[in-house]
Amino acid sequence: MALLEVENLQTHFRAPDGVNRAVDGLNFHVNAGETVAIVGESGCGKSVTAMSILRLIPEPPGKIAGSIRFNGRDLLKLSDREMRAIRGNEISMIFQEPMTSLNPVLTVGRQIGETLRLHQGMSKSQAEARAVEMLKLVGIPEPERRVKEYPHQLSGGMRQRVMIAIALACNPKLLIADEPTTALDVTIQAQILDLMRDLKHRVGAAIVIITHDLGVVAEVAERVIVMYAGRKVEEAAVEKLFRSPRHPYTQGLLGSMPKLGSSLTGDETRLQEIPGLVPSLKRKLDGCVFASRCAYATDMCRKVAPALEEKAEGHIAACHYAIKEAVAA
Amino acid sequence: MSSASVLNPADVPQSAIKAAAPMPDIMPPVKARKGLWGYMYRNPSIAIGGTIVLLMVLMAIFAPLLWTVDPTALAPARRTREPSALYWFGTDMLGRDVYSRVVYGARVSLIVGFAVAVLASAIGLTIGLVSGFVRWADSIVMRVMDGMMSIPPILLAIALMALTRGSVGNVIIAITIAEVPRVSRLVRGVVLSLREQPYVDAAVSCGTRTPVIIWRHILPNTVAPMTVQATYICASAMIVESILSFIGAGTPPIIPSWGNIMAEGRALWQVKPYIVFFPALFLSITVLAVNLLGDGLRDALDPRMAKRI
Amino acid sequence: MSKPILEVNDLKKHFPIRAGFFGGITGHVYAVDGVSFSIEKGETLSLVGESGCGKSTVGKAILRLFDITGGQVVLDGQRIDDMPAGTLRPMRRRMQVVFQDPYSSLNPRMRVRDILAEPIRNFGLAKDAADIERRVGDLMDRVRLPRDAVNRWPHEFSGGQRQRICIARALAAEPDLIICDEAVSALDVSVKAQIVNLLQDLQKELGLAMLFISHDLAIVEHMTHRVAVMYLGRIVEVAPKRQLFAAPKHPYTEALLSAVPVPEPGAARDRIILKGDVPSPIRPPKGCRFHTRCPYAFDRCKQEEPVLRQTEQGHWSACHLHDRPAAENPLAGERGAAVLAHH
Repeated sequence: MALLEVENLQTHFRAPDGVNRAVDGLNFHVNAGETVAIVGESGCGKSVTAMSILRLIPEPPGKIAGSIRFNGRDLLKLSDREMRAIRGNEISMIFQEPMTSLNPVLTVGRQIGETLRLHQGMSKSQAEARAVEMLKLVGIPEPERRVKEYPHQLSGGMRQRVMIAIALACNPKLLIADEPTTALDVTIQAQILDLMRDLKHRVGAAIVIITHDLGVVAEVAERVIVMYAGRKVEEAAVEKLFRSPRHPYTQGLLGSMPKLGSSLTGDETRLQEIPGLVPSLKRKLDGCVFASRCAYATDMCRKVAPALEEKAEGHIAACHYAIKEAVAA
Repeated sequence: MSSASVLNPADVPQSAIKAAAPMPDIMPPVKARKGLWGYMYRNPSIAIGGTIVLLMVLMAIFAPLLWTVDPTALAPARRTREPSALYWFGTDMLGRDVYSRVVYGARVSLIVGFAVAVLASAIGLTIGLVSGFVRWADSIVMRVMDGMMSIPPILLAIALMALTRGSVGNVIIAITIAEVPRVSRLVRGVVLSLREQPYVDAAVSCGTRTPVIIWRHILPNTVAPMTVQATYICASAMIVESILSFIGAGTPPIIPSWGNIMAEGRALWQVKPYIVFFPALFLSITVLAVNLLGDGLRDALDPRMAKRI
Repeated sequence: MSKPILEVNDLKKHFPIRAGFFGGITGHVYAVDGVSFSIEKGETLSLVGESGCGKSTVGKAILRLFDITGGQVVLDGQRIDDMPAGTLRPMRRRMQVVFQDPYSSLNPRMRVRDILAEPIRNFGLAKDAADIERRVGDLMDRVRLPRDAVNRWPHEFSGGQRQRICIARALAAEPDLIICDEAVSALDVSVKAQIVNLLQDLQKELGLAMLFISHDLAIVEHMTHRVAVMYLGRIVEVAPKRQLFAAPKHPYTEALLSAVPVPEPGAARDRIILKGDVPSPIRPPKGCRFHTRCPYAFDRCKQEEPVLRQTEQGHWSACHLHDRPAAENPLAGERGAAVLAHH
């Protein structure tokens, strides 16, 4: 059984001019210890998915339907109190903005200790010792001094390390990282990605990383879910997805990215464009969500929404015409 | 990229097409309400606040038609009557009809509120723009404003009233002077943040002269926060006017205003509370309505602004 | 070589830090501290670096959105950094800007037509109202937006479309140089490609020179002719694109290249992960500004600030390693290929 199983997840929001179907029928699973990336452009529903798993969607105006089974328990059926016991403990989250997600008036040590005392019932001194240990784990120099510091005394990269330390303090089984490196500079991003790879081996938590950056995906993920307009359009192991993307949207995304080193290989072709705009999620769409921007779209695509089909082993895509390989028996 | 990238719809037979299961609606559809009613429905604060303010304005304008008598007519024989079918809100210690006085009193409150809102906004806007754009003037102007802000607006208004004769015009001037520092600070802040906007930098690069930048790029964008601020000034001016009239430093007693009606009822508060109660109720409702309108406008005009104020 | 369209000589911009009751100056942010480069007609020069390195300040200083602390900005042979406002205004026509955030770059209270007409009117480029209308229409065609969209307000457009309007506004002045300050950084991947292609097409059609300020090295490599790398207010390396990506001659450039995540799973790369953070531009380190994070730093780097010197034709770098014998210089030879992905 998978650690996390999301089935027919729908997260809709009530807006003055219609119902925004931010996530509309999402299925995926995460195995214990696995790193899964959810990738897509802004508004595709990837962050809403993360918030839905932790039930951080305000209801109303939002509403979640479907099921989210974590360790066999449906999170959507738990009481608020039971959910609080899971959040930050068995499932924890790292956000994009390390400054706004840390409390500016508490020391770093207090903030790490807080979750430990709350969830694990540690004493003050135990929590403090563990906080130092956690800071050491995430590679912060002089952890004994740093635990007594406030967030504003730390740089952006350090704060993101502290966020990771807080998230990992209770040995979660699942870590959800929402754009964890987007706000950081390239050299700092490299540090944090390196840290996440290293921690994965040492801590063994499953990671769901949410990002728009295909480079980050390639660096850390084992399996990738591509989202578009609130739906999953493709899913595959990372090498497969990058080597032979099946869905025209994924192909378009990869083609629209310039490759570093292109000037050396003489591979300086014009970037591929995906024409048009993402459709409004407030109207119910007949047919394929990508049909309006797809170069291959036919009348069939505009009429009938494609089911997610296995196009090759472990490679799922929602496209009528994506090329199939015989699935090895 | 490998061959997997080349799709060919013609290769796929109709029979191979599999449709995805449709997803149900999980919440009832939103009825799109259009026009004025839709706007009211989405912004209940504006609807409620606006309606009450409008009613008060109509009441003030059409006061003579609203079954009132001369609010200044004395009738010592009918002093301090309880509210009844004849005297809806009773009569005061000089026998004047409290209902008529309250209805006419709305005129003073509303005129003072609106006049101060308009004047203080206009003056504050000018001062704020000058100090936001003229660097050397900024520190001088702002220190003067700081000095004025260190005096409570009511005390400042009382002090100014002490220098002049009590009249509605003087009340308006006194309250305006007391309100200007707050407005100019707000405008200066808005101007300084607008000046940092990339579109202003772009306009400079496009060769736009400073006066045109102020007129075309800064001013129109101060309208939303200024409108919101003006409603708050209006509410605050109504209260200050009542206080001034209440302590006898405001509207002359010959013109009924909610403040001086309450002042006259004060002595009989213990035995005849209705003389104070009715003007106080009208004042509270009006101020509440204006503030509600302000909150609604703030939310509707600029959601980001809502967090800043 | 023809005369450059833009020359920047030893540009300095120090922002004073004011504190205390009297607002006295207690220090300076050395945002840009001695930057020199030039751009030829029709050339794209990229200015890359991480946040706080001063690259955007350079752009704004060239546009003269504020007065500079020292140095010179020369536009087509004329110094513009000390020009009085009146003489400067016609010069502004020749350099235009596209900013990062398409949402705050357009005045929300102006229709597209008025936004595009503003530079045309200011610089007197049109004969009459009909000519303005014709020019606005042409601009919409150029940036591939429908002509009838000129009557709409900025909020009716998506981020990518707004960025097209910003580009159209820049083109309206018929400039020789466009400064793109992170012009595609805020856009989604697919939209980014549209705008990058548009900028490239426009540059070819109109022969524009471009200063492309960005932190995204993959886009820079795709867009540019030459690259200047900035660190803490200084340029540490300038080179033609291929030379810089094939053989970076500064340890910082090398580390930057190796840090960019590439969309190729399992790519074998020599990764250099810099330790620590960028020091504060209020107190830049003595000696070489990069020595606190440099994997190759030696004693001399802590004392003496290296100057930008030519190591190969057109390839300038500011690093003491190049004074050492080649055997002791880790940057000798072609390193770029190793830190980029192998296929």
